[in-house]
Order: sequence, then C-alpha cells, then structure tokens
Amino acid sequence: MLQVISLVLENKPGALMRVTGLLSQRGYNIESLTVARTLDPELSRMTIAVDVDAVQRQQVIKQMNKLINVLQASDLTEAPSVVRELVLVRIRTPQEARTAVLKEAEIFGARVVDSSTEGFVIETTGDPEKLGEFIDVMGSYGEIDVTRSGALAIALEAKKLRLQPPVPTKELITESRP
Amino acid sequence: MSTLTSGARMLLECLAREGVDCIFGYPGGVTLPFYDVLYEHQIRHVLVRHEENAAFAAEGYARATGKVGVCCATSGPGATNLTTGLVNALMDSIPIVAITGQVTSKLIGSDAFQEADTFGITRPGTKHNYLVKRLEDLAQTIHEAFYVAASGRPGPVLVDITKDVLQAQGHYQPVTAVHLPGYKVFTEGHTGQIRRAAQLIQEAHRPLVYAGGGVVAANASRELRETVELADTPAVVTLMGLGALPAEHPNFISMPGMHGSYAANLALTNCDVLIALGVRFDDRVTGRLAAFAPHAKVVHVDIDPAEIGKNRAPDVPIVGDLKRVLPKLNRLLADLQNAEVKTPDTEKRSAARRAWWRQVREWKLEHPLQVVTSDSEIKPQHLMGEIDRISGGQAIVTSDVGQHQMWAAQLIRFSEPRLWINSGGLGSMGFGIPSAIGAQFARPDKLVFAVVGDGGFQMSIPELSTIVNQGLPIKIVIMNNGYLGMVRQWQTLFFNNRLSSVEIEGFPDAEKLAAAYGFKGRTIDKPWELRPALEEAVREPGPYLLNVKVTQMENVYPMVPAGAAINEMVLGPPEPVAVPVK
Repeated sequence: MLQVISLVLENKPGALMRVTGLLSQRGYNIESLTVARTLDPELSRMTIAVDVDAVQRQQVIKQMNKLINVLQASDLTEAPSVVRELVLVRIRTPQEARTAVLKEAEIFGARVVDSSTEGFVIETTGDPEKLGEFIDVMGSYGEIDVTRSGALAIALEAKKLRLQPPVPTKELITESRP
Repeated sequence: MSTLTSGARMLLECLAREGVDCIFGYPGGVTLPFYDVLYEHQIRHVLVRHEENAAFAAEGYARATGKVGVCCATSGPGATNLTTGLVNALMDSIPIVAITGQVTSKLIGSDAFQEADTFGITRPGTKHNYLVKRLEDLAQTIHEAFYVAASGRPGPVLVDITKDVLQAQGHYQPVTAVHLPGYKVFTEGHTGQIRRAAQLIQEAHRPLVYAGGGVVAANASRELRETVELADTPAVVTLMGLGALPAEHPNFISMPGMHGSYAANLALTNCDVLIALGVRFDDRVTGRLAAFAPHAKVVHVDIDPAEIGKNRAPDVPIVGDLKRVLPKLNRLLADLQNAEVKTPDTEKRSAARRAWWRQVREWKLEHPLQVVTSDSEIKPQHLMGEIDRISGGQAIVTSDVGQHQMWAAQLIRFSEPRLWINSGGLGSMGFGIPSAIGAQFARPDKLVFAVVGDGGFQMSIPELSTIVNQGLPIKIVIMNNGYLGMVRQWQTLFFNNRLSSVEIEGFPDAEKLAAAYGFKGRTIDKPWELRPALEEAVREPGPYLLNVKVTQMENVYPMVPAGAAINEMVLGPPEPVAVPVK
C-alpha cells in the first residue's frame, strides 16, 4: 500500500541523501519522490510515496523525525489532502488516429505541447489514479513514452511547524592555554 | 579573542570548552595544522596504532565515564578506518565525536591524494555528520556535534574538516547557543501514561523489569533500584545494561536472551506485566518475537520514540529520559501502595506475587549459571569465576566478542554500571583491548581487565605498543581455546560439526610477545595455576598479558537457537542416545 509522506526539511547539503539513504537502509521501497524549495528559501518540502504496509507506516514517520535536518514529517495517506502528479506523454500515431487522440486528450483535460508528423507530446496533471487511466488510453492509440513527475501532496489543514529553540552551550570550564 | 587566529586553534578552543581532556587519534597530511596546535597542549593526544582502535578507545572512554569520547583521523584511509568504530557506537548508542581531516575544499571531488567521500561513507554509520568547508561554520559545528552526540539517544557524530579551514585565519567568536530547529529531545514523559504504568505495575500478579543499556546511558541506576524495590519485582538486565542493578541485588535474576539464564528466559515468557526500561527488544534477547512475553502487558520507557513499537507494540508507551521518568513513576507507585486498602482482590494479588517469587526462585535453582571446574584443564567458566573473585564487583572489565564475552557476562558480577564494557549490537571483534585503553584513561584509579579470545586478541596486537607507550597497567586475559569459539559452536550445532576455517593456528608465545613489547606475559593451562597467575597479574604495577589455555570444545549454554522462542533453550550438551554394551 502506498504511503504518502510530506516532509519539511532544512535546505542543507546532504539532506536529500539522508532521507533517501534512511528509507533504503530500513528497507522501504520508494515509489516516487519530489522535492523543491518552500516559501522560505532555507527550507524544502519533499513528497515521498513509499510502499509499506499499514503496520510499518508509523515507524517510517518516526524514523524520518529522527533525522536532524527534518523539521516535520506528516503522513498524508489518510489525512485530508490533495495529491497531484504531472505526466508528459509522447505518442507516435498513424495519420488516421490523430483526431481521435486529440479528442481523448480533450476529454481528460490534457494539453498538446508539441505536434509533428510523427505524433504529439501531451501534458496533463491530475491525481495519480486518473493519470494512470490517461496513460492506458493513450497507449491504446500508438507507441508511447511516458515521464511522470511523482506525486505532490498538500494537506488541507495547515500544520504548524514546531521548531526547537536554541540550546545554550555549557559555561566555559577553563580557559585553554595556548 | 580579538586577534586573528587559525581554524585549527579555534577547533582546539571549542574542544577545550566542551571539557575534552584526551583525544585518541592518528595524524596525517591534512590534519597537520591541527596536530601542530595540539603539540604540548593540555589536551592529551593518545597515538594509537590503527584508527579503528582510536574509535574503540573513544567508546571505552565514553562507556566508562558517560562523557563524550573523542577520536581523530586524517582524510582518506584514516577516516575510512574509523567506520567500524562509528557503526559500533551507533548500534550501542555511545556518545563519541570523530574529527577527520579532509582535502582542501577546491580539491573535493577531484580524486585527490588521500581523498575519500567521508561525509557520504559515514552518513548511515553515524547519528549525524558534518562537512565543514568554511571557517565561519567551524565553531558552531563543533558545539552542535557535541550536543547531538551527548543528548537524547547518544550516538557518534563525525565532523569532517577541510585542510584550508584548519589553516584559514579569522576572528574567533565563542558560541553561546546551538541551533537545531529539527532536533527534538524528549525528556519528561507523559504524566497520564506514567500514571497508567504505575497502576498496571501495582495490579500485576507476575511483574518483571527488563532493563538495559538505556539505564546506563541515563545514569539512572539508583532510580532503577528504587523502582525494582518499590514494585517488589524480579529483574532481568541485558548485556548492555549489566551493572545497572548490582549483581548481588536480591531481585536481580541475570542476563536474558540467547545465552541468558533459564530463570531469566522463563520469567520473560511467563510474566503478566513487562516493565521495559531503556531497552530495544533486540533479537538476541527476544528470540522469536511472536513468542516473546506472550501473556504480558508491556510498559516501554525509552528516550527514542522510534524504538517504541518497533519490535513490540506496548500497552503503555512512555517517551522520555529514565532519569526524569523513573522518579515520577516511583512516587506514584509509593502513593498507590500507601493508599491501598485490603480487599479480596489485593489479597489474591499478594498471594499471586508470593507464588511468582517462589516460581522465579525455583527456576534459578533448577538451572543456575554456574562456574564449572575440572581437575585436569582450565574450564572457561572457571576462568571467569576467578576473574569475578579477584574483581569483587569493582573492576572494569572490557570484553571482545565471542564465547568468552558470553561467559564473562554470565559469570562476572558488577556492583555498579560503567564497569562492564563490550560491543553488543554490532559485536565487533578487536574491541576488547582498545576499549580498555580508553577506559583506563578515563579511570586511572581502577583495575582494568581486558578479557579477550585468541581470535579478537590478534586483531588488536598493535595496540600493545600503545599500552606500553602510555604506561597503562591493563591486565589482558586471553581465553585461548585455539578456535574462533562462537563460530565453531554454531558449526558444531548447526553445520554437522564441519569446522570450516575456525581453527586458530600459529598463536604467538605470550611471554615472548609481551617481552617484545617490553612487559610481562605468561601462558598457563592448569587449573591450580589460575588464581596465582591472576593475582600475579594484578600485583604487577604495569600491564600484563595472561594467556589462559582453556578447554577447546566447550559450548556456551543455555543457548536459544536462531529462530526459536527463548523458552526453547538448549540447556546442555546432548546426552548420548546409546550406551555401549560392555
């Protein structure tokens, strides 16, 4: 079952590697991963789709929280949220099928971003399930090549980012002699 | 300081402010600027003979004191040699800071001389790690590293510093605070949960405390004792926690698990309330998880929220520092007891408790862990019994990994924590001697035994030089059975006695080896030689190498075979099925 996790992490070198490394280390299969800066340039938001069973889901979130660069880890699998994905499909169609393909694209609300004698490149966004249907339909009209962006998710309820306050360092014990 | 100072000097200043008094390490090209300011500084640098041992020594130091151990290596092979030590510290939650040099920032990624991706290689092997490429980040990073290493669930932190940062000049500004917005340390424990735990414990018919390394890390030994006494429950203490409860305490059963005692494993299997304190339900303790404490409601207190529910879903989870949680729990337990009125239910419970104690005592008598002796050869158990006797619960004992480690854990008693130092989670051979070096530095007042096998000993021979060099009076006791004992045991029991590559041939003459390094060594193989030899070793003002030849094919019992439940122990060697006809 796919678990959708949304992480807010510090935009520090190696932060991405820590997240993916941890998931791989613990044996969780990553289905897709997207990451980009948030409004605050110091922070990134990462959306990960992980293939784990229900029992392991809580563990995954806890392990993510252990990472020092991770400020917040939310499980959006069952929380009220919007999940979207972008797909680009390049399709080679015979002359006769061209109009039919355009009609299908229109039905799905997809846009043609390139057109040539060989075929089209069509772009669409939507929830991952609908995109899967779109790809199947396109596939029935000709040879296709597909690039998916991976799921992006946003929770419907804002969750306040709880940041830990600075911790004072110990008092100086002795001045070190040179 | 308003004058210009180098990165190397700033690094040293930060270490001094963190209270560091010794660093175990090995210099190299890129760390030269640091070693230059370290020269004749009050912070002592201990030169080891292999970087892996620098990390192990830092761990021995940390285990013995609770302070953060520090090790230092150069770039490339120096840093990669630290890896085993780092993973070891991660598995056993030991606070150490490893400082490594890195090639000049401009050269990173160019496959320069002695360049390695230390940051990438050690990322999964540390609690956290850093690469410092700018002077202005240095001081902040060092203080952050120490804070992360020592707080919450302790662990190893590596700071990789480029050579140009060490050489750069700048103005040192003392760091007043550490900024880690994403690092939350849980200390207090949820009051409601603690109350539920107290209630559950109070009403239990067959309670059992299961305590481990977390109690030692929290320095909560006294609080644990109060809990055990207030709740009047028997207790098992894991390999990593030995000494957290004094071995002589009437409630202490023994170590549980794969080589734990019969009584400990049956108590775990039959208890109705399991009070898990600073433990992680490790597979060596639990055996087959589905059959572990099957009738028990579990109270689990740990500072790491990810451990709670990882292997066993608790009935009462409490995330917090044992040092803060146990006093609250103890107060509630005392209140509940004082407020209690006699009812038929409480009478039934008291009777059940008495029956539980009787049962536990019976189990202890049925198959006790005992010292076995022989007239003609030295039994490994006899060796551990004699070390126990001469230690009197007071000595620091470090151990390597294998059969000797299990017998030492079973038969050597510790009256307080931080006396027993071994590699539990990772089980790294070669740990015994370097960790003794760290421990002896930490506790110069203490008698330190390094108990090792003939396999592990040969992984750390180079450090004999360090021991002599530093004048450390460590007593090295080799339990020599001529084999990689634990591996041999598994081959005997599970691989039809096909002893593939486990015979250790060509073991050096101990007396000559020690003499080559300039100290005393001796080999014994008769049981009547054991006590006088140990006494001679302890009397010797300097280090001592005692090579004890023991029974070759002895197996550690009890043993829970892999995949079995802990109440499915093999208690002794199989009896012959046929008796020869006379």
